[in-house]
Amino acid sequence: MSKSNLVTDAAAEFKGRATNKQKIQALLHKYPWVSSAVVLVFALFIFSFGNENFLTPNNLSLILQQTAVIGAIAAGQTLIILTAGIDLSCGAIAIFASMVMAKTAFVNGWPGWAAFMLGIAVGTGAGAFNGWLITKVNLPPFIVTLGTFNVFSALTLFYATGRTIMDKELEPFFLYLGNPIPLGAFKITYGVLLVIVMYLLLAFSLRYTGWGRHVYAVGDDIEAARLAGIQVKRVLMSVYVTAGFIFAVTSWVIIGRVAAASPNSGTNLNLDSITAVVIGGTSLFGGRGAIFGSLIGAVIVGVFRNGLTLAGVDLYYQTFAVGVLIITAVSIDQWIRKAGV
Amino acid sequence: MSNSVAPVLEAKNLVKNYGRVVAIDGADLQLFPGEILAVVGDNGAGKSTMIKCLSGAETPDGGVMELDGKPITFRRQKDSRDAGIETVYQTLAVSPALDIAANLYLGREIRKKGPLGSIFRMLDNSGMKKSAKEHITSLGIGTIQNMSQAVETLSGGQRQAVSVARAAAFGQKVIIMDEPTAALGVRESGQVLKLIQSLREKGLAVILISHNMPQVFEVADRIHIQRLGKRVAVVTPKSHTMNEVVAVMTGALTLEVKDQTLGPVR
Repeated sequence: MSKSNLVTDAAAEFKGRATNKQKIQALLHKYPWVSSAVVLVFALFIFSFGNENFLTPNNLSLILQQTAVIGAIAAGQTLIILTAGIDLSCGAIAIFASMVMAKTAFVNGWPGWAAFMLGIAVGTGAGAFNGWLITKVNLPPFIVTLGTFNVFSALTLFYATGRTIMDKELEPFFLYLGNPIPLGAFKITYGVLLVIVMYLLLAFSLRYTGWGRHVYAVGDDIEAARLAGIQVKRVLMSVYVTAGFIFAVTSWVIIGRVAAASPNSGTNLNLDSITAVVIGGTSLFGGRGAIFGSLIGAVIVGVFRNGLTLAGVDLYYQTFAVGVLIITAVSIDQWIRKAGV
Repeated sequence: MSNSVAPVLEAKNLVKNYGRVVAIDGADLQLFPGEILAVVGDNGAGKSTMIKCLSGAETPDGGVMELDGKPITFRRQKDSRDAGIETVYQTLAVSPALDIAANLYLGREIRKKGPLGSIFRMLDNSGMKKSAKEHITSLGIGTIQNMSQAVETLSGGQRQAVSVARAAAFGQKVIIMDEPTAALGVRESGQVLKLIQSLREKGLAVILISHNMPQVFEVADRIHIQRLGKRVAVVTPKSHTMNEVVAVMTGALTLEVKDQTLGPVR
């Protein structure tokens, strides 16, 4: 930079005074997922002392399988949170779609693929309904999804008449994602693979396409995005529709994982997905974060629960630990934001 | 003297009502190529409304707008942009977390050539960075070097410089600036005023809305004075003093047509 200008001199002076702390702050500002990756590595290290079986391929595979469902929901949740929105109805949408898939096949005798397509359509439609209320009726996302969470939960119970569809009654098509892919000692299921592929696709779209850039811009400063000529409502609508689609695909992962479709399952999914996103370094204020952070965040929660269980720690303390993680993650986010001013 | 050059942008008898409030009431405006036209007026004189009509943010209820002599109607901001009119807002309309190149091309990103761009819709980030750098350099903004820098790391003046560079890069004919220095300090304002003058050097016509009389007298070629929804006079910094302009703005003084400068000065 040129030394002739007073403004640059002031900036250079500030840069010259950057301490190690400021350097870390700047690094996290640029790559918000780094802190969660550090936490993950640290947690793996610590829990390996808690139980000798923790760092075995078997157990690590199990953690991934346990994480797949939250990870999948968190992918859609990340898109929404990047636009400075929130979705409290995501789990309800996934369970609703899973009941539609399982019941149309079992009760109405639809072929597996047709029932699956209907479930996808219902989930995507539910996302579109959220998006419509937010962009056309101009309601805040928190209120909209709080309302639709109740609506979709009620519809699920009403449609399923409270009955769980067990594995023997399910179309084999729906159990497919629970099958393992042998990878040496590791046992990754097709469900885990699907979730990873989904993350790769989303990461590509967010990073390399104009749509991804607009998602960040809308979350960062919606007014600036509008003035720059971005059709912000169209971007928001596309995000809620895509998220609905992702939640519907997740319902397939859910059925594969638990080998049943139950209207009473998944009550924790709504909040757990937000937990994963926040721990993954995506800012609840929008415009900042990376999709892979959410996968790391979901795995961290899985590692904490699994590691503490293997170490013989009571379930209460596990929940306590997750709570501490959330508050720590948001505190770090606030601290990182200061680097930008 | 006025018939030698045709105005690049002209508004005739514009009317805009908000319910029962008359915001502009038969306002005229003429902008000639390569000039800086300052638009001044007291609060409620209808400056902002007229500018909103010209930039496509509002649709006038009556009157005609012409660009290069052809009538234009704007339904949204994109229409005015496509016609070659860019607007810079006082509110620093940049996206803080995105970098400079991304902000410059926000809303009109360039895709890669070939199947990577057409099928996979990949953005040409390196190409955009390269031409962003060229635009910034051509405006003489030496303090901004790294196009990958997030805009939030810039000072207020530098951020506004990014907005101005965006307008200059894409504005084909007219650039409208709505109080571009309102949020800035003294030194930063000076930088932005220099940028505005360099836009004129490039042959663009600039409309500058400002409350700051010294700034107006420093850069404007002509001063359009708006009062109660109408244009009441057009003067130049040479023909009239600041006190006279303020007197016209507030209605204390009325200027005859022969004392005004309705034609181009450059």
